[in-house]
Amino acid sequence: MARVVLEKVVKRYAEVEVIHGVDLQIEPGEFVVFVGPSGCGKSTLLRMIAGLEEITGGTLSIDGERLNDTPAAKRGIAMVFQSYALYPHMSVYKNLAFGLETARMPRAEIDKRVKEAAQILQIEPLLQRKPKALSGGQRQRVAIGRAIVREPRLFLFDEPLSNLDAELRVQMRVELAKLHKRLGVTMIYVTHDQVEAMTMADKIVVLRSGIVEQVGRPLDLYNHPANQFVAGFIGSPKMNFLKGEATGSDASGTGVRIGGQTFALPGVKAPAGPVTFGVRPEHVTTAEGAGITLGRAKVQLVEHLGGETIVYAALDDGQALTVSLSGQRPIQIDDVLELHADPSRCHLFGADGRTLAG
Amino acid sequence: MAIASIESGGRQAAAASIAPRRRKNWSGYLFLLPWLAGFLLLTLGPTLASLVLSFTNFDLIGSPRYVGTANYVRIFTADAKFWTSLKVTFLYVALAVPFKLAFALAVAMMLNKGIRGLPVYRALFYLPSLLGASVAIAVLWRKIFAGDGLLNQVLGLFGIQGPSWISNPDTALYTLVALSIWQFGSPMIIFLAGLRQIPQDMYEAASLDGASPARQFWKITLPLLTPVLFFNAIVQTIDAFKAFTPAFIISEGTGGPVDSTLFYTLYLYQEAFAYLRMGYASALAWVLVIIIACFTAFSFLSAKYWVHYDD
Repeated sequence: MARVVLEKVVKRYAEVEVIHGVDLQIEPGEFVVFVGPSGCGKSTLLRMIAGLEEITGGTLSIDGERLNDTPAAKRGIAMVFQSYALYPHMSVYKNLAFGLETARMPRAEIDKRVKEAAQILQIEPLLQRKPKALSGGQRQRVAIGRAIVREPRLFLFDEPLSNLDAELRVQMRVELAKLHKRLGVTMIYVTHDQVEAMTMADKIVVLRSGIVEQVGRPLDLYNHPANQFVAGFIGSPKMNFLKGEATGSDASGTGVRIGGQTFALPGVKAPAGPVTFGVRPEHVTTAEGAGITLGRAKVQLVEHLGGETIVYAALDDGQALTVSLSGQRPIQIDDVLELHADPSRCHLFGADGRTLAG
Repeated sequence: MAIASIESGGRQAAAASIAPRRRKNWSGYLFLLPWLAGFLLLTLGPTLASLVLSFTNFDLIGSPRYVGTANYVRIFTADAKFWTSLKVTFLYVALAVPFKLAFALAVAMMLNKGIRGLPVYRALFYLPSLLGASVAIAVLWRKIFAGDGLLNQVLGLFGIQGPSWISNPDTALYTLVALSIWQFGSPMIIFLAGLRQIPQDMYEAASLDGASPARQFWKITLPLLTPVLFFNAIVQTIDAFKAFTPAFIISEGTGGPVDSTLFYTLYLYQEAFAYLRMGYASALAWVLVIIIACFTAFSFLSAKYWVHYDD
């Protein structure tokens, strides 16, 4: 189990800086997920930890040892690639054994490790097959197996499930979580899928444009996003953002005006001025007496998903709002709904995007 | 009556729709005609004619007379020069093809490192392949490797007195091998395209596993390049078996010195046009066809043991 520390880590390609001084601590045995939109630098950061990208500035240390200039093979790391990176001309057994053979490990030890990994991943019957004879899920298992046999102190996963179909992705997600529990090794996992991040991570690192926006446990990020970007990125359907105005604060809270509607957010202090009001679709309701009233909204589209009903509506002032209602609701296009929200579940963001309250 | 009218209308409509299609097809065939005429008159026709002539004693002057398999029997039982030319050709193929492919792969791997000005280097390295089979280059080669040629002048700067490379039976063939290797551009371009197809993350996975560059080459690059290597090997081998111009120019058509550059095709040419034994030369040509076909068939049969195809 490894403790990974990044201090002011920078990555620059010629004059272009893509990672801007990242500070991060990953505790031994943690499952940490780097999440963010395409181009945010999450894969670059992972590859810098792996030793596949040079670290331009700052320090990377694992278990207290500075590893900036240590070759990838000597970092005690194994990595699972998005494309699996299996050698197509080798059998599954040979793929698993390649790293161990390279390390000139005794044949008996190689055989033992390969068979153990195959048993963990339930790929024993596939050992003599070539990768082209495997399904996507089986290839994924082999790629993970190749990492397991090396018994690394740190596992890195670069979007390993993105080539799988939705059903298999869910299945592999569960299996990876189980594997983490079984091995107890520190794992860093990169994804752009916030659902993967929420379901698998002990700790999520949200990145945008090479900057860490927030680090925290999944529910901390969901309940207390540091800024509008994190609030919008975590959660599905994504949080509603309504343009409004803070009308001033007093002991009871802050007054907020959205469209023609004014209400008070208790326990919030925000200076008067333009603000963005945020509320998650699942925290908006049509039930009266559920806290603040957001106003009337005309339904534009309804998705009946069985377990929930997703309503896309527009407030009187034209601002769009998504509502996620539990169960099946007899709502139709052009219906007018009166929408309410629990103020304790609402968020307020300043003009710079930072959270004022929430 | 009504049915008849409908049927006739349908036929007319069908005929109307087929007619323009036919017209379109004709224009296609018209464009194809120059190539088709060339293929029939200059390739397929002479090929079939040579097969027929190989069973005759045709001498380009008189009428051909059927001699059965006499030409073939003579080739294998009473023609020492056939075996000499075969030996020279096999030696040439065995040396020129592996060295050319190895050199082409080495240069392709250097160019695959992502160097600046890659298109310029690619064009420069490909240039000899464009010029290589020409008479002019063979003449130039003769000038380089002659007794007072460029190579010996350069060696002279270091106090070394080189032999006349093309006049020496021990070295003449190697000058032709060198000329062949110099024309590495075509396989190099194909190797380069093949190298580009190997995903970078395989090398990254291997480097995480601690594989040295040499191990990466033997365990990843070479196996994944085998389909391209296979293609290049077949094409280059067939080309080498057919090599004619360099030997003809450098030995001035004799295959000398002491038959050391007597390529099979050169011997075939001598039989046909120097000794006017066109029937015998045709039989020699068909023996070469069979040799090349056997080699190609063997290559394809062996491919399943060493050529790795992905999905």
